[in-house]
Amino acid sequence: MDGVSLSSTKTWISRDYSRCSGCRRCEIACSLHHEGVIWPEASRVRVFMLVPGAEVPHLCAQCDDYPCVKSCPFEALSVDDKTGAVIVDREKCTACGICINACPGRIPHLHPRDGYVLICDLCGGDPQCVKVCQEGKWDALRLVREMPQTWQLYTTKLYARTPEDITRDLVKILFGEASEGMI
Amino acid sequence: MKGYAGRFLEVDLTSNNIGEAKLPEETLRRYVGGRGLASWILWDRIGEKWDSVDPLGPENILLLLTGPLTGYFPGGRICVSGKSPQSNGIVGSTVAGEFGVELKCAGYDGIIITGEAEKPTHLFIFDSHVELKDASHIWGLEGKETFKRLVKEGREELKRINPRFGEWKDPSILYIGPGGENKVRMAAVMAKWTHAAGYGGYGAVMGSKKLKAITVKGSGPLPEVADMRGVSSLIEEVCRELYRNELFRRWGTGHGGYYYGNQTSSEPVRNWQEEWHDVKDYGVDRFDERVWVKRFWGDYGCPTTCLKVAMPTSGPLKGAVSDNPDYELQAYVGTNLGVFTPEGNTYLSARVDDLGICGINGGNVLGFAAELYQRGLLTKEELDGIDLKWGNVEAFAELLEKIAYRRGMGDVLAEGTYRAALRLSKEKGDEVLKYAVQSKGIAIGAHGNRSTLDYPSYIAYACSVQGGDHTSIAHLPLDHGDSELTIALYDSAVICWFNAWTLPEDLIWDFMNKVTGWDISREEWYGEMAPRILNIQRAVLLIGGPDLRWKPKENDENPARFYEPLPSGPKKGRAVDRKEFEEMRMEYYSAMGWDENGIPRGETLRKLGLEGVDKILRDKLAR
Ligand code: SF4
Ligand code: SF4
Ligand code: SF4
Repeated sequence: MDGVSLSSTKTWISRDYSRCSGCRRCEIACSLHHEGVIWPEASRVRVFMLVPGAEVPHLCAQCDDYPCVKSCPFEALSVDDKTGAVIVDREKCTACGICINACPGRIPHLHPRDGYVLICDLCGGDPQCVKVCQEGKWDALRLVREMPQTWQLYTTKLYARTPEDITRDLVKILFGEASEGMI
Repeated sequence: MKGYAGRFLEVDLTSNNIGEAKLPEETLRRYVGGRGLASWILWDRIGEKWDSVDPLGPENILLLLTGPLTGYFPGGRICVSGKSPQSNGIVGSTVAGEFGVELKCAGYDGIIITGEAEKPTHLFIFDSHVELKDASHIWGLEGKETFKRLVKEGREELKRINPRFGEWKDPSILYIGPGGENKVRMAAVMAKWTHAAGYGGYGAVMGSKKLKAITVKGSGPLPEVADMRGVSSLIEEVCRELYRNELFRRWGTGHGGYYYGNQTSSEPVRNWQEEWHDVKDYGVDRFDERVWVKRFWGDYGCPTTCLKVAMPTSGPLKGAVSDNPDYELQAYVGTNLGVFTPEGNTYLSARVDDLGICGINGGNVLGFAAELYQRGLLTKEELDGIDLKWGNVEAFAELLEKIAYRRGMGDVLAEGTYRAALRLSKEKGDEVLKYAVQSKGIAIGAHGNRSTLDYPSYIAYACSVQGGDHTSIAHLPLDHGDSELTIALYDSAVICWFNAWTLPEDLIWDFMNKVTGWDISREEWYGEMAPRILNIQRAVLLIGGPDLRWKPKENDENPARFYEPLPSGPKKGRAVDRKEFEEMRMEYYSAMGWDENGIPRGETLRKLGLEGVDKILRDKLAR
């Protein structure tokens, strides 16, 4: 899928894990927005707490080469032209999980009740999770909008890492030497 | 039924039977959830034989209950209850974390645990997949290690059950440390690393049932509510209100160490011999600079995130992780022990948590022991060589460990301040009792009432149905925002007091009714519902047993220490005024519908629909 091209701004959510308070307001906002109810496991952003105090908000990073989209044998995934978000076609998705394995951060997960995969769609360009995180002044999630001329200069894929990997690095920042053996 | 999953998980550890219980909507509406519902379930099931039930025996019931607002109201909590091994009554002890939310997402409003397992057990819940697992390999482990293993095992198990889901988030876990395993009466039920349901001693109840931990993961949504749009906008409104409390967000209760000590003369210092200190190093700024490694930490949906992660990063105590420490621990394993350094305090907090002991009751008993040591009533030999001098961090840590493992003098102290005092007074004389700063077996919260600048009520602890609990205090008028009837609302809806107490009251009622669809009014709560809960709690306190029961009036008392004048600070010379106290107590009895001896009147109980309580209480008191 080399032909991914965005006509306008790319929307993206940058994260600063060390600022995440673990409040999960982002999960609540996301599930309310997409499911109409509070549903932690159906939230597109999920906050992992493998080590208490070192919470990790985990969501799609919009890799510039979109391995998940490329991997899908059913063409259920596509890239939103406007925002760069990965869009899931519920009808086409068979919940085979191939995209989960293709994602370097194992970020997609299945909807706990309905048979399709969950990936952040950036709420169409107005991310609800970022809104509440900003409201709370935690600033762990931040909205980045890059102009089409510049976004290709950066790679966001670096954020597509597994929760364990991120936590391992994060506890080093927070707890220093004491982080040995925490995870 | 809105706001509720509609079913409870029922687990009998003796027979390994796992079932479900449903409660009629009428009962849920009457008792709401958490502490209220715990009072009802316990009374309903063991009321008649209350005095013969050993809290640490298989007949006791361990309850883990959510409330209708759990998960919806910002800030997640769960209420732990049962017959308390501290007071022999009922304590509703709430702990923050995601457990309650996960439990509801798994489809349960609560867990009712009976019996006693043969070997160490771990209850694992993933939606309706419920399993009792062997926990021998984690029995004996301290808190952080227990938690770490359970997170790992839990995620592996989730993956095994549903491998295609993708990465599983961590399940939520309640567990006990060595303190609970060894049935230390001050043992807490722990969550995460540092969160504790401390009051009541329910960690010991878990230990007596050989239940090391409970793991839960729910994959469903929270139960349906009456008005979801209304609830979402209330969530936003509550958050908006709470964001305005910038200082509390910034400092949490951690600002208390200097504030309560210096400004209000109400912080325990050296087992309450003083309530004032002027150690500026014990200010929140020093904690911030020296030990906070993260400045905002909160639980499910919490806008306040008043917790901070603390850890000394250098020196001999480095690597001990704690939260804040919050004010209660700042006081109880800090000033109360003559420890005035953020590092020492953080270290002792971390030890308390890792050993699974309530920081308040644990700190209280350590202070009690240290005062006996100061006065020569406990010797170094009796303490196996520990030099229990004020401020000696290592010594307190060592004694704490002895308590957790019930070694030497630790075995006596593991019974809690009051029971230990009773026992030691036999050997050393009654003087010992006056150094026990507790009420009905429960350590007084770290807010003294001699200066009246913090807790103004002389009856705050004396008349509370939760004994020395620092949140549930007796206060008049009954519908006051600080009164026990208000706290019983928070403990029953199961929400965080810190996120509730500054809000306009209407908001809470609105929230409650938009979730449940019921029309509970303020009047109904204060006039009928809260009194019903408190009267059940009061009745079982008076029935008590088997080892201790509380005499009406005689035990509705302040600790002796509070009648001694404050020896230092701007409020020097102040003490609880006995005459005023007795007048207030009488006023409180009458407001609660209790007779002049503090016994609930028959008509009061009958009016509340508690005829059964009336009958049994009178039977038992006549004996
Ligand atoms: S809203 Fe922000 S601070 Fe709260 S859990 Fe999400 S990312 Fe973390
Ligand atoms: S982070 Fe994962 S889900 Fe998102 S674009 Fe990259 S591969 Fe796809
Ligand atoms: S941007 Fe929207 S869809 Fe994506 S995680 Fe945030 S709230 Fe969910």
